[in-house]
Amino acid sequence: MISEYAFLATGAGLVGLALLRLATSADLLMRVLGLNVLAVGIAMLLLVSGMGASGTDAVPQAFVLTGIVVLVGVTAVLLALAERIAEDRDE
Amino acid sequence: MSELSLLVLLPFLAATLTVAVPGRAASLGLVATAANALLVVSLCREIIARGAVEQVIGGWAAPLGITFVGDGLAAVMLAMTAIVSLAITAQAMSTPGRAGFWPLWMATLGALNGLFLSGDLFNLYVAFEILGLAAVGLTALAGTPMALRAAFDYLTAGLAGSLLILLGIALSYSVTGRVDLETVVVLTESSNGRIALALIAAGLAVKAALFPLHFWMPAAHSSAVPVASALLSALVVKGALYLALRLSIEGGAGAEFLRSALAVLGTGGMLWGAWNALRAERLKLLVAHSTVAQIGLIALAIGVAGDPLQNGLWTAAALLMLSHALAKAAMFLAVGRIAEALGHDRISGLNREELRPGAAEFAFAIAAISLVGLPPTAGFIGKWILIEGLVDEGAVHWIALLLLGTALSAAYLSRVVSRCLRGGPHVSATAQRLPWRSGDVAALGLATGALLLGLAAALPLTLLEVPFA
Amino acid sequence: MSQYLPLAILMTSLGIVPIILVMPESARRLRTGVNLAAATVKVALVVWLSFEVTRGNSFDLRHSIAPGLELHLQADPLAVLFLALSSILWLLTTIYAVGYLEGGTDRSRFFGFFSLCVASTVGIAMAGNLFTFLVFFELLTLATWPLVVHRGTSEAHRAGRIYLVYTLGGGLALTLGTIWLYALAGEVPFVPRGVLGDLPETAPLALTAIFVLLIAGVGVKAALVPLHGWLPLSMVAPAPVSALLHAVAVVKAGAFGIMRIVYDVFGVETLQAMGLAMPLAALAAVTILWGSFRALTQDDLKKRLAYSTVSQVSYITLGVALISPVAAIGGLAHLVHQGIMKITLFLAAGNFAEGQGVKTVRAMDGMGQRMPGAMLAFTIGALGMIGVPPLAGFVSKWYLGAGGLDAGQPMVIALLAGSSLLNAAYFLPILYRGWFCAPTEGAKASRRIGWMLAVPPATTAALVLVAGLMASAPFSPLGWTRFIVSLEYL
Repeated sequence: MISEYAFLATGAGLVGLALLRLATSADLLMRVLGLNVLAVGIAMLLLVSGMGASGTDAVPQAFVLTGIVVLVGVTAVLLALAERIAEDRDE
Repeated sequence: MSELSLLVLLPFLAATLTVAVPGRAASLGLVATAANALLVVSLCREIIARGAVEQVIGGWAAPLGITFVGDGLAAVMLAMTAIVSLAITAQAMSTPGRAGFWPLWMATLGALNGLFLSGDLFNLYVAFEILGLAAVGLTALAGTPMALRAAFDYLTAGLAGSLLILLGIALSYSVTGRVDLETVVVLTESSNGRIALALIAAGLAVKAALFPLHFWMPAAHSSAVPVASALLSALVVKGALYLALRLSIEGGAGAEFLRSALAVLGTGGMLWGAWNALRAERLKLLVAHSTVAQIGLIALAIGVAGDPLQNGLWTAAALLMLSHALAKAAMFLAVGRIAEALGHDRISGLNREELRPGAAEFAFAIAAISLVGLPPTAGFIGKWILIEGLVDEGAVHWIALLLLGTALSAAYLSRVVSRCLRGGPHVSATAQRLPWRSGDVAALGLATGALLLGLAAALPLTLLEVPFA
Repeated sequence: MSQYLPLAILMTSLGIVPIILVMPESARRLRTGVNLAAATVKVALVVWLSFEVTRGNSFDLRHSIAPGLELHLQADPLAVLFLALSSILWLLTTIYAVGYLEGGTDRSRFFGFFSLCVASTVGIAMAGNLFTFLVFFELLTLATWPLVVHRGTSEAHRAGRIYLVYTLGGGLALTLGTIWLYALAGEVPFVPRGVLGDLPETAPLALTAIFVLLIAGVGVKAALVPLHGWLPLSMVAPAPVSALLHAVAVVKAGAFGIMRIVYDVFGVETLQAMGLAMPLAALAAVTILWGSFRALTQDDLKKRLAYSTVSQVSYITLGVALISPVAAIGGLAHLVHQGIMKITLFLAAGNFAEGQGVKTVRAMDGMGQRMPGAMLAFTIGALGMIGVPPLAGFVSKWYLGAGGLDAGQPMVIALLAGSSLLNAAYFLPILYRGWFCAPTEGAKASRRIGWMLAVPPATTAALVLVAGLMASAPFSPLGWTRFIVSLEYL
């Protein structure tokens, strides 16, 4: 039980911190990182929701896996965009 | 029946092929959009004849599998997408495109179709992700620093929205152990369930550019290339609005808290968008802010329609979405043509001395009539249905707001049309109208379609009556 | 086949709109040909239709849009009255406009919207229910805006903006009233003596509010005080547009709307029982006096005519609101009479401006010598407006006065006398200057007036005479009007 609450608190804390960062930071890289932290926080919350008395539910884990795949893709696109923006700025 | 999965598969297949054979991308895209339109027509006929259709892919039910459901609302959204698609494809073929347009466009189409057909929340999330990525690609396609910056902001906002949706889905799964859409009504019965729904709705508000979470949108829609702007404004934001409407329908009476929020935020968007459109100096920006206002109007319509299981006012919101999709796509295409002919899109410079208004300006004017919602457009029929229902409920304040929104949209759109009508001393005697060109066909066709859609409103209204299985 | 007559009449003007709009500017002959052919065909079709209607045939074309919402075209005698007026005057104004805009710019746009304007008027005439009426009424607003701003000057745009604010605002009021009434009563078809059933007893307050909204909506176009502000400003438009706006399309659409609302939605008995007829009559009386009063001080010829329109159109409203069959005959006949008289005045005024550059009352000196034909037409129109027998205007005023007595409102006689005096006070100085003052030095012809400009005002002037002299003939406006009124009051 204790570990469940620990996960829950950590996850919620990460989500909160990430949202704060996203709302206040203008730096592109910082925002990409913020989004990744947000995703990790949400993944933790998802995993907690799969913990039950009768063992671990596979469905939230499948959600998390899909989320991670999407996140990797989106991060790549974001970094590429940030790179292009930085190039334009340097010219 | 395999039409449902074909509707999703076909565009994605086309997207892959257009990457593999870039030389033939345009013709592949044309074949795919045409086939998509035919599939949608046959699906609509089937739904009218036999009711909603359902398909469980590979025999795996939700939550792990994928279920597609085609009911009346989904069919209307698919038809809306198919009609706009034909025009977008036609326009993209007549203008020299940029590399990457076709795969992104086909992926957008596939994601939209998947979104409208999804029968479970998780599948909806996946469709949103694909849609978001493709849409960001379309925004960045213009390649200008402004467009890149807008694309970055769009993707960040979109991802934050998706994550909120994902969180909401996870919470709803932990409450009910299901993710299919029928679970929504169960969710409305517990406080954790309502938090889950609120999280999903918050994510949708970001994606739909609903006030005050629209901050990313005017820049993205106004800095993209014209066909992309048309797509983003007409179709992509509709995905999130569609899901909001779907939640309202599935949630029934219990989703009233969502509807109240939508009504309030919608009002804010309608007024704020109109205010900015009244002050905009650039044409594209004006049209983008008008999208903020129109999204507000649609959200307001969903919000004040009341329990969809009790009355049919929600069909008004669907009609408004349909009307807005056609008219706004026409408008962005027309604006693209105008800016191309003038070399700029400043509103004060629309009455250029040596050029008379031509087909593009005319298309803009017709689209404006639809957006304002004057008769006989579908927007008018939508507002009619809504106001008639609100009169019955005595909801005077909502009626007043709807009329105010209508008046404001007339005010900001007539700013543009009035410029286009300038003649006489403002135009030199030798000025000529641009000759009719193939590039104007799509905008003019869509605008005319939006105008006449009201006369054929019986068809979407019949479709909308087909309930979810 | 003949049941599609209403649609055919609508399409003769609506169908040519896209054709004309896409024509290149240089296709002058083709454009003129299409315009005149369509206008002529329309007159022929309307004549055919009116024969069918007198033989007792009815027409009904319906298209369902949503449950309880349908577009409905029909041809009752009242519709035929308005159709005949607009189709004949459209033909004449088209001829005039072709001559007037010779060498002008943006003619395809002009004639495209000109046709759309007439199409909306025809749709308003044949609307079979309030929804259809609303659709064409709003279409009329959109169609006339580009005509008002046709000259493209800043002044024209200012007038256009004000016109839009007034008419779209009125449109919103009309829309709200219509939807409200549909929510209360279901489908609202136009049926003589009204369709409200027992609503006046069950929801009197809501009905009163609806009546106010509807009348305010159509009252903007009918230029009822205080909603008339757009009309004098719209005078910046070219002469054929002014003629059309003032004689046929816009103000008449408003007056016609008042008729439909009073006769075919509420019914005179209901209206009287609800105590709404008197306020409407009072508003009409105020408008009649105020318009005439303002006309006195206008030096700009077209503006003087515009205020005269404000005043004269309310004769129609007065006739409708007095709740007396005799007054109703006067009001309805004035719909046609005022139309032909006012178009004569505007077309003649347009000729003064084109031929001699004369746009103000002050410059009218000696116009009888300089342009005797146009001046004669103007004189007939003006005398008709004053109500000199045996011209058309006399007939309407006679019936209005008798109707006032019939309704137990002898004040109407005083009102008519006062208004006629004011009419005389603002028209006679123009006639005096035209016929009896010597032309001022330096006045010279700026342009030759061709037959296309000369024939239409001459024709309408002749119609003013004929409508007055032959008022008792069966197909005269008055005769037809009696037929209509018998449907409402019998």
